[in-house]
Amino acid sequence: MSELLDIATRVAGWADDGEQVEAYVVHERETEVRAYEGEIESLSSAESQGIGVRVVVDGKQGYAYAGTLDEDALAETLNEARDNAVFAESDEFNGVAEPDGVSPAVLELFDERLASCSTDDKVALAIELERATRAADPRISGIESAEYIDTIYESAVATSTGIASVTRESGCYVSTYALADENGETQTGFGFSLGRQPGELDVTAAAADAAQRATRLLGAVKPPTARLTVVLDPWVTAQLLGIIGHTLTGEAVLKGRSLFADRMGEDVAMSAITLVDDATNPDAFTASMVDGEGLATRRTELIADGVLQGFMHNSYSGRRSGAASTGSAVRGGFKGAPGAGAQALALAPGSQTQAQLIAGIDDGFLVQDVAGLHSGVNPVSGDFSTGAEGLLIRNGELAEPIREVTIASTLQRLLHDVQAIGSDLEWLPMNAAGVSLVVADVTMSGG
Amino acid sequence: MLDTELINRTLSTALTTGGDFAEVFVEDKRSSSAVLDDGRVEELTSGRDRGAGIRVVVGDTTGFAHTADLSEEGLAGAARAAAAAARGGGGGVREVSVSAIDVPRGAPIRISPEEVAKATKVGLLTLANEAARGTGSAITQVSARYGDSRRRIMVANSDGLLAEDDQVRTLFSVNCVATGDTGLQTGRESAGRTVGFELFDETDVEEMARRAAERALTKLNARPAPSGAIPVVVGPGGGGVLFHEACGHGLEADLIAKSASVFANRVGEKVAADCVTLIDDGTMAGEWGHFAIDDEGRPAGHNVLIKDGVLTDYMWDYLRARKEGRVGGGNGRRQSYQHLPMVRMTNTYISNGPDDPAAIVADTESGIYVAELGGGQVNTATGDFVFGMTEAYLIENGEITDPVREGNIIGNGPEVLTRIDALGNDFAMGSPGMCGKDGQGVPVGDGTPTLRVESLTVGGTAA
Repeated sequence: MSELLDIATRVAGWADDGEQVEAYVVHERETEVRAYEGEIESLSSAESQGIGVRVVVDGKQGYAYAGTLDEDALAETLNEARDNAVFAESDEFNGVAEPDGVSPAVLELFDERLASCSTDDKVALAIELERATRAADPRISGIESAEYIDTIYESAVATSTGIASVTRESGCYVSTYALADENGETQTGFGFSLGRQPGELDVTAAAADAAQRATRLLGAVKPPTARLTVVLDPWVTAQLLGIIGHTLTGEAVLKGRSLFADRMGEDVAMSAITLVDDATNPDAFTASMVDGEGLATRRTELIADGVLQGFMHNSYSGRRSGAASTGSAVRGGFKGAPGAGAQALALAPGSQTQAQLIAGIDDGFLVQDVAGLHSGVNPVSGDFSTGAEGLLIRNGELAEPIREVTIASTLQRLLHDVQAIGSDLEWLPMNAAGVSLVVADVTMSGG
Repeated sequence: MLDTELINRTLSTALTTGGDFAEVFVEDKRSSSAVLDDGRVEELTSGRDRGAGIRVVVGDTTGFAHTADLSEEGLAGAARAAAAAARGGGGGVREVSVSAIDVPRGAPIRISPEEVAKATKVGLLTLANEAARGTGSAITQVSARYGDSRRRIMVANSDGLLAEDDQVRTLFSVNCVATGDTGLQTGRESAGRTVGFELFDETDVEEMARRAAERALTKLNARPAPSGAIPVVVGPGGGGVLFHEACGHGLEADLIAKSASVFANRVGEKVAADCVTLIDDGTMAGEWGHFAIDDEGRPAGHNVLIKDGVLTDYMWDYLRARKEGRVGGGNGRRQSYQHLPMVRMTNTYISNGPDDPAAIVADTESGIYVAELGGGQVNTATGDFVFGMTEAYLIENGEITDPVREGNIIGNGPEVLTRIDALGNDFAMGSPGMCGKDGQGVPVGDGTPTLRVESLTVGGTAA
């Protein structure tokens, strides 16, 4: 593990006078098993590594990367980043992170049991997952995919300003996508289970979820257009939070791309909404001790009781806005410089289960899944429109399934139209936790 | 890229556990990009990624491994790992001897982006920024991005195939934010082709920037989009996304094989209106989804999928085609050497119909005119799909009137194909796209003439 930090530190140490250098070095081991009809469809095992180097000189920033840690590639990458910096324009706030004295939370993110798990055991999990999904309900007619995936991810960040951090994480999941058939109609549903090591995975629950999600949509109809109350399933809420997270970054605010830009201290949501980003929460699948610039992660309150409290900053947006980094630098791998973003968003949960929430609704729609959030939601304007499927709610009970509808509102209105938050908070394989969310007065477009 | 003898030895190593098929995919990709945002050139990035992916097939099981180490030792290690993963019964030495196939190629790249000075690339960004801001003070933010890539690949397999390609792509995009009484709005414009820096001989970045800015400004006056099922006219070019989602994915042979598509077992049947002829064509030189060979070494194909409304064929990867005893159609693609290939689209388009585009609009009593589409998504098993409208207008009494706000449109593929009741004669290719499937992104193009769908569900908020 310290080998990565050695490389990063060495590259950062090559900084010239008046130059800042940041080196981000990663090493990843991944196994992926897909099962189909009781056999292995594919088995991939792979190791990959790479380095990304950021150079800041005279306020100008350049970046370069290489998908190898070969010795000659390191110096070449640094030189390429230097050359790139020459052609950028100066910004006084540019710079790599500076140590800020905050100690990282101590989190157990690596489980040795994943490293020692045999390939045979991983294969067995995938095959059992596929079998269990097919067996979960007689109407399950096929499997689009059933897979086991794990990764051991190690990374190190070192800078010429004195940052030297290293992390190692393990993660694995099973995920299954089932086809259900009845009277010539097909519906689909997914299920998954997550863990730090394979022993934590619940294959039976994943299979049962997929089967339930697929079979309960059988017979789905397209309802007429209406305005009604929706209950967003935790899976859907988490995706919505991810979008809202984009609008709450320092970068979006400073560059005039956030609908929350001038609203600090104002009511931006219904009073029960408290939204926090906290990668130090060990329950989060995306928990981490340090951010993409090597600073300690920390808890950032974004909205408290409906009032806008803060934004997520990396070191650039922190400096430029006169605040400080909130340890919110995020990277999409080694091929690009870090931006600012959410790492582990969660709403403060309420007191009622999803069933209790539904019991209080006369005329509503339980949204089981959404499609096209990337194409129908504009986080800058706030326009929100997404394909949806799920079950109607009538007199407090789940009624017939519906499909091929959209739900639409704006992000601004959605946050104010929240009626209740469920107690069913669960961490999902994304940068947000899910929880059931009741939202009133949403337009459902149908036939 | 690699010596033929080294490839032969690597393939033999991959077959030592008794594999039916082995393949080496070598890739050397260089990329560079430059971004302007918030009034200044923020950053230039460049990088290189190089390695090989090796797959071994035994029966229905595929073993896969990859390595960034292209030495004999590195390749042998990956070959053994892939062979072990495929779990063959083992046994024996199998000699492999590959030889290069002849592949038709498009026109050579005229100006290699690697030879163009960084200052020249950055200069385009500045021009775009100034042009966008010049359209008015309501344009409050502009970002522009230049990107180029050169991807050299080599594919060899135990059937004796050896093929190489050198793929150069150049891309430019502009995003604008306009601010008004109603809040913020965005406008985007992009151009990308499988060409070198000569892209800018035909693409005026200032003009692109002005169009992106106008799009954002127009939307400041947008009304809430309607909700419910209404006629939808899609302008030329952009409508390709509709077909990409409505039926493109559903015609990919891997999904067909798992019965995860509403189009399974329907070849020879009428699946669309008479006017619909759908083609996937990787041979269209210069287009964003073009290449000489796919990522399994097969030459790109011109594949007619729907002819006059009748389903004629699916899209195939090499292994599935091999199993079926037919020729692969050049649709086996992968994001990088670290990924297994899958059936993917290339340039997917609807050819011209008989109608005058102006007459199609004039003929529409009320509905929506979608000038520019965003991305989309489909559930191939149910056929339900969505796509975003990023620039759209009301049609009232046969005329295009007020702009409407963004949103998704939802439909069901098989139903929508039969409900196309007008098809224009103004074919155009749309904007360059990145298509995602199972976590892998590949560049795809699409195109259509103006068309009308008798009824689609528009996901707005207005009654």
